[in-house]
Amino acid sequence: MSSISPQSAYWQGVCAGLPFLLMIVPFGGVFGVLATEAGLNLAEVMGFSVLVIAGASQLVALQLMTENTPIFIILASSLAVNLRMAMYSAALASHLGRAPLWQRVLVAYLNVDQTYALGALEYEAQPDRPLAEKVAFFLGTATPICPMWYLATWAGAVLGARLPPDFAPDFAVPIAFIALVAPALRTVAHVAAALTAVIMAILFAALPFNLGVIPAAALAMVVGAKVESQTKTA
Amino acid sequence: MIYSSTETWLIIILLGIGTFLIRFSFLGLIGNRSVPPHVLRHLRYTTVGVLPALITPMVSWPVETGGTTDPSRLAAAAAALATGYLTRNSIWAIIAGLVVLYAMLRIAV
Repeated sequence: MSSISPQSAYWQGVCAGLPFLLMIVPFGGVFGVLATEAGLNLAEVMGFSVLVIAGASQLVALQLMTENTPIFIILASSLAVNLRMAMYSAALASHLGRAPLWQRVLVAYLNVDQTYALGALEYEAQPDRPLAEKVAFFLGTATPICPMWYLATWAGAVLGARLPPDFAPDFAVPIAFIALVAPALRTVAHVAAALTAVIMAILFAALPFNLGVIPAAALAMVVGAKVESQTKTA
Repeated sequence: MIYSSTETWLIIILLGIGTFLIRFSFLGLIGNRSVPPHVLRHLRYTTVGVLPALITPMVSWPVETGGTTDPSRLAAAAAALATGYLTRNSIWAIIAGLVVLYAMLRIAV
């Protein structure tokens, strides 16, 4: 494929991003509803979705807030959830690292699960595209996804303030996270890491305020990396 | 919730700044240099390491039931896990989990 213009790369990104609205819109709506139910006002709910723009960590923060957890535990647990984005940042840096600073700042803010996944796929398929097209493609993917995240949150907060009593809102986080993890269990190393995390979380369960999460997750990452290097050399 | 408006905004803003710094990390600091392979190898397991560690207590001892293990929630988690693993699709996993959860809760009542 010969190179095209940044404009068409941008529109390719927009088209690639559109199907993800099926996921973003319900997720944002659920966050808006749950956050409102938990007692946050509209500005606070929107503050989460615009400033943090990471649904999984927003749900964790919200869940811990309803349990009146100390603030530093809320921050540590929620940021641990977002640690995966360091990997996204590293993967994108090898393609977009030479872009001007303001563009890298913008890409970093818009670096969410879906835009990262689309960018990584595209850059792997066409590694030799000019930098401007790569940046334009990424911004294209974010164009439907990020604004609709805000809008869906807003709609959930404003329209859906009433939930049935047996809604079991506490289970939104586990189901959403299982849905993220299960498709990611691609290799023995991934399964080993996930199993380690579960076993360690059970062993550390007696620690107060979910403090066991951090050592359990750290150990799981080490096990994953170890198994990966073992299976590669075997 | 016991947080004042100031505390709530403190949580939101610090979480926002922290999340941005994680996202910017390699894009900002490393720029064009490549990331050491052993760092990447560990980072690959953040999702499957962090998320199960976080939700294991929520699934096993739900706060909503006062910490008593709940068969409905266990079954829903199992359904979401199996469906997500087999279909490789997050949306089907969520649907399966919710269907099993509400069906079981309905039966339990």
